[in-house]
Amino acid sequence: MTQAFIYDAIRSPRAKGRPDGGLHEVTSLAISARILDALADRNGLSGPVIEDVIWGNATQVAEQGGCLARSAVLASGLDERIPGLSINRFCASGLEAVMLASAQVQGGLGEGYIAGGVEMMSRVAMGSDGAAIAVDPMLAMKRHFVPQGISADLIATLYGITREDADALAVESQRRAAQAIAEGRFARSIVPIRDQNGLVICARDEHPRPETTTETLAALRPSFKDMGEQMPGFDKVALLRYPQLERIEHIHHAGNSSGIVDGAAAVLVGSEGFGSARGLKPRARIRAMARVGTEPTVMLTGPVPATERVLAAAGMQIGDIDHFEVNEAFASVVLRFIQAFDVDPARVNPCGGAIALGHPLGATGAMLIGTALDELERTGKETALVTLCVASGMGAAVVLERV
Amino acid sequence: MAEFTCTTDARGVATITWDVPGKSMNVLSLTGLAELDAHVDACLADPAVKGIVITSGKPDFAGGMDLNVIARMKADAGDDPARGLFEGIMKMHGVLRKIERAGIDPKSLTGGKPIAAALPGTALGIGYELPLACHRIFAAPNPKAKIGLPEIKVGIFPGAGGTTRLSRKLGPLQAAPFLLEGKLLDPKSAVSAQLIDELADDPVAAAAEWVLSNPDIVKPWDRKGWKLPGGAPYTPGGFMTFVGASAMVSGKTAGVYPAAKALLGAVYEGALVPFDTALRIEARAFVSVLMEPSSAAMIRTLFINKEALEKGARRPDVPPSTLTRLGVLGAGMMGAGIAQVAAQAGLDVVLIDATAEAAERGKAGIAKAFDKSVSRGKMTPEKRDAILARITATADYAALAGAELVVEAVFEDPAVKADVTARAEAVLAPDAIFATNTSTLPISDLARASARPERFIGIHFFSPVDKMLLVEIIKGRETGDAAVAMALDFVRRIRKTPIVVEDARFFYANRCIIPYINEGIRMIGEGVAPALIENAARMLGMPVGPLQLVDETSLELGVKIARATRAALGAAYPDDAVDAVIFPMAEAGRLGRKAGAGFYEYTDGKRTGLWEGVSDDWPRAPEQPDVHEVMDRLLYIQVLEALRALEQGVLRDIREGDVAAILGWGFAPWSGGPFSWVDRIGAKAALARCAALAARHGPRFAPPALLAEKAAQSESFYAA
Repeated sequence: MTQAFIYDAIRSPRAKGRPDGGLHEVTSLAISARILDALADRNGLSGPVIEDVIWGNATQVAEQGGCLARSAVLASGLDERIPGLSINRFCASGLEAVMLASAQVQGGLGEGYIAGGVEMMSRVAMGSDGAAIAVDPMLAMKRHFVPQGISADLIATLYGITREDADALAVESQRRAAQAIAEGRFARSIVPIRDQNGLVICARDEHPRPETTTETLAALRPSFKDMGEQMPGFDKVALLRYPQLERIEHIHHAGNSSGIVDGAAAVLVGSEGFGSARGLKPRARIRAMARVGTEPTVMLTGPVPATERVLAAAGMQIGDIDHFEVNEAFASVVLRFIQAFDVDPARVNPCGGAIALGHPLGATGAMLIGTALDELERTGKETALVTLCVASGMGAAVVLERV
Repeated sequence: MAEFTCTTDARGVATITWDVPGKSMNVLSLTGLAELDAHVDACLADPAVKGIVITSGKPDFAGGMDLNVIARMKADAGDDPARGLFEGIMKMHGVLRKIERAGIDPKSLTGGKPIAAALPGTALGIGYELPLACHRIFAAPNPKAKIGLPEIKVGIFPGAGGTTRLSRKLGPLQAAPFLLEGKLLDPKSAVSAQLIDELADDPVAAAAEWVLSNPDIVKPWDRKGWKLPGGAPYTPGGFMTFVGASAMVSGKTAGVYPAAKALLGAVYEGALVPFDTALRIEARAFVSVLMEPSSAAMIRTLFINKEALEKGARRPDVPPSTLTRLGVLGAGMMGAGIAQVAAQAGLDVVLIDATAEAAERGKAGIAKAFDKSVSRGKMTPEKRDAILARITATADYAALAGAELVVEAVFEDPAVKADVTARAEAVLAPDAIFATNTSTLPISDLARASARPERFIGIHFFSPVDKMLLVEIIKGRETGDAAVAMALDFVRRIRKTPIVVEDARFFYANRCIIPYINEGIRMIGEGVAPALIENAARMLGMPVGPLQLVDETSLELGVKIARATRAALGAAYPDDAVDAVIFPMAEAGRLGRKAGAGFYEYTDGKRTGLWEGVSDDWPRAPEQPDVHEVMDRLLYIQVLEALRALEQGVLRDIREGDVAAILGWGFAPWSGGPFSWVDRIGAKAALARCAALAARHGPRFAPPALLAEKAAQSESFYAA
């Protein structure tokens, strides 16, 4: 089988996903094109040298709809003969783009791909594309649909994760992110977003709050308590699926859940020949990939079975992994992962995670690939595992290996 | 004779009058539907007709659908009943839609004849769905009339366009109480809720005037650009409504009522398509519910059989009893409750207690309850005063003179009961009936205190009397027909549902509910998570989990019953495992809500959560059972007791067994009752499951011979 390699990975800064956020004025199209151009420039890509641009996005309506991938190719400097494919695996869309690209390289369909994703959460609201699983009563009732926050609290309740545990993780995420930023660990991969005149619009991650302490977090009200216990009462729905529980402990709030941000990221994936023909040196090899479906009410436990599956595919043990990127969608997701595999917390998200840095849904998977790559190179380690929980009960994981 | 007639006056108003011969209340039959259809056709075609008024020749408009219609549609379609139902329902939609379109040109939305409904009184089910298809609804300001769609309460949903029309008229959120809860309103409230358009003292005249006034008759949903009030599913407003609705329905129904889910599905899918397509979607969903065994069982138990029992299905063939004056002995909670419902039903009531003060206290309690109703606008002060005036509170037994029936609700002590029996009988006419409200003492034993045991009977009310719908009538060994007839006539008078059972320990309802509670308590002893027990009960559709039920009724009662049962049964006593939990709980003062501590914890009388300390005494088993195992234990333990009651002749009629189970103790209403439930899963499957449960959990799950017989002969309890 042909090997798939990663040649480069870049990302935009992550800006607050609000009207006063640093990227709010930038269209989904413009930021996508800007990231594609930056990747092409850094790697000297010109002409129809890319087989496809696979672009992840979790909310494909309005400016993110209509196959944004193709629009982005046409808005960028890429050759018009390069097609585009928009995909949606919710929060793992960016990772899924890399997986699809890698699998096609491995299978011999083309030599080089750009894979990545975008989510301008300040411009296209989460959920505005609709979702039958939430809205169609036949499925929602059959599968005991609850919103993700309820699922995250359900994980905490099922696995004995407390508010204190979650807040401690959040504070540590902020501390690590602040340290990573201060040490310039992201500098190699962040592409400043500029206007048509070349003026910088946003060049740095905006979301971190390094001043966060467990005391400041303790003051925050749980975000999902009212919708769980009062109107419309999602807890009762969850308990129909988990009747061994008396109640859901609502431990998550804005400070220990992932931040809503704008951002985009791209990864250059190719065969060995793709690199040698252009004098590009591969930075890592895709060692194994996996995605899973899981029980949809608890929804966000996917990283555990996805990791088991990807390790089996790689023929590895959990101890063989040097570095973990486990998306901090909610604190309980990461804490459950650490608990399930009994891994050293220091090796999980050492540069902080989405609680500090934010989680631009469709882009995050690609961003985590980049972060893992930068960290392996910085620390001289060999293997990394990137995994994300996914809405509607899914999970995805990839093992990278430096070459 | 026709069910619908039509006359046209000189002004050009055609009045279609619904008046089913020989019935006090109109119900829609297939014949009626065809007649209505023909009249509408004729009126629309007749150039002399300018407008149409649809009304009733009876004091009420209509009570709903003749439930035989559904059976007919099914039967007529032979081995393809779903098709028969679908086509039959689409035909009904066709007639109602014809009324709604009324000859309007679909392109220009002009022309057509105004059609108004004029409701003299109650309009329920199809009796409201037909008016909904009209262009305007007028109703007489009759405070006793009820308007609405109660279908969901018998396990179906409004399937003649009511679901689609009301959700489009009001928006799904506003329509929810009427569609999903079957909320009924009097005409005045129905106007504020926009269920009907206008009140008129003479609704027919008002409707006639309106149809002649050249009104705009195009329904909003037939206009271009119409939007669902509150927002379609995939708009920001609608998104929240629909996501929330599923959660609320799931939470309320615990997923056991297919009708609520199908209804919501029809509203959602219907909201995404044009109106006529939405009707077709509604019909498909409605058929799916009609094809569900649960809806057939619910209709049979909660509608057909309940009504049959109320109308005297078990009444001995003796002349109607005369009942004007009721004596109630004991003015405690039960006695006062009985006095209250009797006085509300128009009876003169003599409420007696040991002292005049105690009797007055009982009456004062009733007055307080009425005051609350008055302050909430649910009762007029005049009505309150009139009802209270019918209650005489006294300690003087002489006041019982002239009472045709006396119900005693004094302390559960045979000596006390014997004393009041003798004192009452001393002043009662020889043909008066004496009834005891005992819940624990054998009727035949108490009857020994009576000089005329053939006129002595048990009338067992449930608490709270004004809310609980079921009354058990218990025959003692010597109880005669006159007493049974009087008891049934009395229960009918106070508008409750009676069953007639034989005299055996705990009669029927309590006999079945006690093992349910005990099964929950046994599981505590086994280390099953209390939440799993309570949630499993809710997932069965039980209104209250066994642990909460103990807390509500007080463990003291449980301990008392356990001691008495132990004394009665001696070595055969089967519930040591239960006592091992309840005796220490009682000793520790964890008696339930009133004690502020039980299987739950309480703060200021409010339940705050399950008592965590329970696992100190009965450690949590490391392996917890599957929820379905817990559900089966809680369900089978009740079903088996009902089967035994029938087998032993305590219960005489499965209809009573099913109706009483749902009304008396809330047995999984979706099932139609324990006997319907066995029919649903089949005696063979039930027998096999009993054997498995008995092997694992003990002989209390051993199936009675009756079940084995049914299984062997592949029989069901009800004729198919």
